[in-house]
Amino acid sequence: MHDELFEQERYELWEPAAYSFAPDRRQFLQSLAAGLLIVAVAPGQRATNTSLEARLHIGEDGRVTILSGKVEEGQGPRAELAAAAAEELGLQVSDIDVVLGDTALVPNDGITAGSRTTPGTVPLVRRAAATARELLRSAGASSYKELAKAPQLVKAYKEGLPEGISVRPAGEWRVLGKPQARPNSRDIVTGAHKFPSDVERPGMLYGAVLRPPTWGATLAALKSPTVAGATVVRDGDFAACFAPTSFAARKGVEALAEGAEWKEKPHPASSENLYDHLRQTAQQDRARPTIRGDVQAALASASKRLKAAYRAAYIQHAPMEPRAAVAEWQDDQLTVWTGTSNPFAVREQLAQAFSIAQSKVRVIVPDFGGGFGGKHTGEAAIEAARLARAAGKPVHLRWTRAEEFTWAYARPAALIEVEGAVDDQRNIAAWDFTNYNSGGSAIETPYRTPNARIRFLPGDSPLRQGSYRALASTANNFAREAFTDELAAAAGMDPLEFRLANLANDRIRAVLVAAAEKFGWKERAKQTRANRGVGLACGTEKNSVVAACVEVEVDPKTGAPRLLEIVEAFECGAILNPAGLRAQVEGCILMGLGAALREELLFAGGRLKNPRFSGYRVPRFRDVPPKMEILLLDQKGAEPAGAGETPIIAVAPAMANAMFQATGKRVRSLPLRLV
Amino acid sequence: MPQFRFQVNRRAAVVDTSPERPLLDVLREDLKLTGTKYGCGEGQCRACTVLLDGKPIVSCVTPVRAAAGKAITTIEGLAEDARLQPVQQAFVDEGALQCGYCTPGMVLRTAALLKANPSPSEEQIVAALDGSLCRCCGYPRIVAAVRAAASRAS
Repeated sequence: MHDELFEQERYELWEPAAYSFAPDRRQFLQSLAAGLLIVAVAPGQRATNTSLEARLHIGEDGRVTILSGKVEEGQGPRAELAAAAAEELGLQVSDIDVVLGDTALVPNDGITAGSRTTPGTVPLVRRAAATARELLRSAGASSYKELAKAPQLVKAYKEGLPEGISVRPAGEWRVLGKPQARPNSRDIVTGAHKFPSDVERPGMLYGAVLRPPTWGATLAALKSPTVAGATVVRDGDFAACFAPTSFAARKGVEALAEGAEWKEKPHPASSENLYDHLRQTAQQDRARPTIRGDVQAALASASKRLKAAYRAAYIQHAPMEPRAAVAEWQDDQLTVWTGTSNPFAVREQLAQAFSIAQSKVRVIVPDFGGGFGGKHTGEAAIEAARLARAAGKPVHLRWTRAEEFTWAYARPAALIEVEGAVDDQRNIAAWDFTNYNSGGSAIETPYRTPNARIRFLPGDSPLRQGSYRALASTANNFAREAFTDELAAAAGMDPLEFRLANLANDRIRAVLVAAAEKFGWKERAKQTRANRGVGLACGTEKNSVVAACVEVEVDPKTGAPRLLEIVEAFECGAILNPAGLRAQVEGCILMGLGAALREELLFAGGRLKNPRFSGYRVPRFRDVPPKMEILLLDQKGAEPAGAGETPIIAVAPAMANAMFQATGKRVRSLPLRLV
Repeated sequence: MPQFRFQVNRRAAVVDTSPERPLLDVLREDLKLTGTKYGCGEGQCRACTVLLDGKPIVSCVTPVRAAAGKAITTIEGLAEDARLQPVQQAFVDEGALQCGYCTPGMVLRTAALLKANPSPSEEQIVAALDGSLCRCCGYPRIVAAVRAAASRAS
């Protein structure tokens, strides 16, 4: 489950390029010449710490710089990697600089996704730093400043990392395991930090792109190929403006839109008929089911048999900073500043789009304004680069909020059908689980199920879809934990007792017990209060485990839930940065609450009906539950796992189960609604 | 192009521009004050908050003409003499930022709140900040930072 290539396959969004630009003759010739070089430089080579030089630099002043292809989007790698290096080097966090996401400077650490920075990149940084520490010792140098001038180090830089250098065990940590603030916090609170949309280049112009009226429409004609106050760029389906201000560029695009003719596609699917559509278009032949025992026979012979269907809506990541890029050409060299989780892949996309060698492209990713799995692609980078090529000057392009809602990829919608049975001993005798469209993350059940069929069926997604925090595990965990509650009720058992009796995962058991004890589950599950109920859910994904107990209140008029209290327990091995971890768990709970309460992309006829925050209500201050408790179980003996995703998966099913306890009605859709 | 004069961060500013241009764009593109963020362009997320004569406004839907003759404070102008204001320090100390893109707006809203009400209740904090969106959902820490700033200032 933790194979890097497998994670890549799940996380990278594979789709045809949005644009096919016409190569101009000069660039075409150059790309041919450069193409010969590609063989020699082997682009896309993965960083495996073969050389210390690639990972760690010691300045003559003794300051240490850590280099990584990971990026900072608020999830905390900057603090974590600095602390990891400081730990091994015997320095303070403030002695370390961290350079992230600049393809000209850093090793390719792959995409920043899949909770992989902690288990994948932190060990590489620690090993490089431990090597430098050993060099300091073996050289007999008194400081890194002295070492930086030592010839031994230069030699080691070139030869790569020696084997057999060990990192500090968790029991001896003095920096790791302690709370660390984000190193550039001060620049954030003063406005000094330059996010991608804040990058300023000499002579920079501003761009805006003409968008089709419906998804998939192609540009047939532009009636007015020029507009006042802005310059029009047309290249196949790409039509855009650049101007001295973003206001003028937007006005230019509005004028273009009035005279644009489009060839539109039919769009039979809508948010009204979505789940039928996903079922009807399911590709049965692409399923790779997990089969155990004989599920059909077990269903047929079981004493209690249940069947239910669950739905999860399309939702958007809606990061506060929309996609943005600044592109600059110098002769045939392209530099792009942009917010993406995948700098090396965006470099590749740019090289392809402009038929140039990757060595001619530099992608720089300043710490950017949120991603949540939604910025794995380079749309704005490519568009800005196309405009900059036409302008002959740097061009800034920032998507509007409506563009971000409409044209960014969404979290896949899910239809999940489950059939199951319990036997007389209250075991889960049969388990048949089918996910339509959304994916296979956390699709396996952690409960003992000797007779099971578990499968994911891809279908025809009417919306552009891709990664979202925790991928399909939000939908799969929702359906599984809600249906497990239904089985518990059928077995006449308390939901906690039923889970503990059937769980085959001791780590989940530990967080479930911790959350239930803190919440006072045993007493509170027996209480009845009008319109109020308690519920719980648990799960695992990406080598971490989570459990949540909640109390909700259901509005008797609207049927809408309100979260009154949550106790969530989380365990991800040895904790590296408890402050960062707590922030991730808090953020996950509340982001998951948004999908539970209200978030849903509404669409029909190839258009989004709610591409704005007033129609798509994300969580706000008022949604924060009055009581919110987070239990972090620190397993010092275990390898640290990532934590930015899994804590999101428990809140929605726990709330659905609490709504049942409050009303006696099952809630089987996200957002949660009594039907 | 019409000319507009106003104060930005205690200094006089003069811009020649279309009167309907959003104040946000003028601050960012003409005056290079990029600490003020675009979040939605419709006044619904408050990332673009600045103080106009001390009152928080959403600069993305405020035409530049509406700022003529007034005093604007952006996030760059909050700290005087390079020393962080208590509100800014509290956001740092409480770890009340993840990606940090909403932070300038949150800090300015908090500064305005504490000026009007130096010791707000939790309900008053939530009421003042509720329309300010944070997609990292760091709301509990932001509330903690507001409380810390209030207790520090008092």
